[in-house]
Amino acid sequence: MSALIQSLGPHAGFILASYAAVAVILAGLTLAIVRDHWAQKRALAALEQRGAGRRRPGGEAP
Amino acid sequence: MLETRRHCYCCGNPAWRQARDEFADDMANLIDLANPTRFMRFSAALLPWLAGVSALLLAVGFYLAWFVAPPDYQQGETIRIMFVHVPAAWLAMMFYAMMAVSALGTLVWRHPLADVAQKAAAPIGACFALVCLVTGALWGKPMWGTYWVWDARLTSVLVLFLIYLGIIALWRVLDEPSRAGRAVAILTLVGFVNVPIIKFSVDWWNTLHQPASVFRMGGSTIDGSMLWPLLVLALGFTLFALTLHMAAMRAEIMRRRVRTLTILEAERLDRLAARAGSAPA
Repeated sequence: MSALIQSLGPHAGFILASYAAVAVILAGLTLAIVRDHWAQKRALAALEQRGAGRRRPGGEAP
Repeated sequence: MLETRRHCYCCGNPAWRQARDEFADDMANLIDLANPTRFMRFSAALLPWLAGVSALLLAVGFYLAWFVAPPDYQQGETIRIMFVHVPAAWLAMMFYAMMAVSALGTLVWRHPLADVAQKAAAPIGACFALVCLVTGALWGKPMWGTYWVWDARLTSVLVLFLIYLGIIALWRVLDEPSRAGRAVAILTLVGFVNVPIIKFSVDWWNTLHQPASVFRMGGSTIDGSMLWPLLVLALGFTLFALTLHMAAMRAEIMRRRVRTLTILEAERLDRLAARAGSAPA
């Protein structure tokens, strides 16, 4: 690892900081989207389990 | 001439009729896909593949960028920053262009998936604009001697990032999705004027930022040993962004379904309460 950093020369800090910024921003975005996806999936499953939106044969909701 | 007449579908040639029917089927499939229920089914099957291919391309791209591409004769090792900076800049603009097309879909065709696509794209485009700005600043300090200058290219990308933030804020302010969708669509189309400004700013004004070096008249000025890692990474980032976009669209469709079901459930409970209140004791 230190050999890799040394091979990047005098601007290693800028290069590594760039890649760290990319990793943090894109990982944060991915995490936010995945968490939102699962939260909506759970909420939808809970509502469907309660029978929300389903109608009884008589036309009235349950 | 005889050959042309023989292949005209008006005269009942079976090959032409088959081609016409296949085309009609393809169009029908495309329209079906734009239905939210079909989209959910289709995207559930496609997402793992898209994620897998983008991960593979990113792994290959990063390997090429770090271990195969040589240092630049002027920029030295800081050329490695370009491999993430340039695809981020392209994607920030590409996602805005996608949002502008979706805005047209919302305003002109009132397509049910258009504002879903638009809403899902905004945070992704904003993140890539942020990546572009941060990596550009980190490249600028060692190469230009400064993190930031109020140069036309840098300023127009900052404006793009601010427009993205405005769009995300507008989505959050308005509760009703279709009303919010129309308002955001108008803002998106007005903001689209910034995209050609970003692209041509380096030609229209005297900027510190270098002119286009990949997509330009007369071909790329980048050597193949650096161009290929850049293109592989750009493709990998594009597929990764599309994967996120598809997942975000799925989440948004489910959010709208949750909203509708919650309203229906509340109305049902209201009706039951009203009936219980009016029933004789």
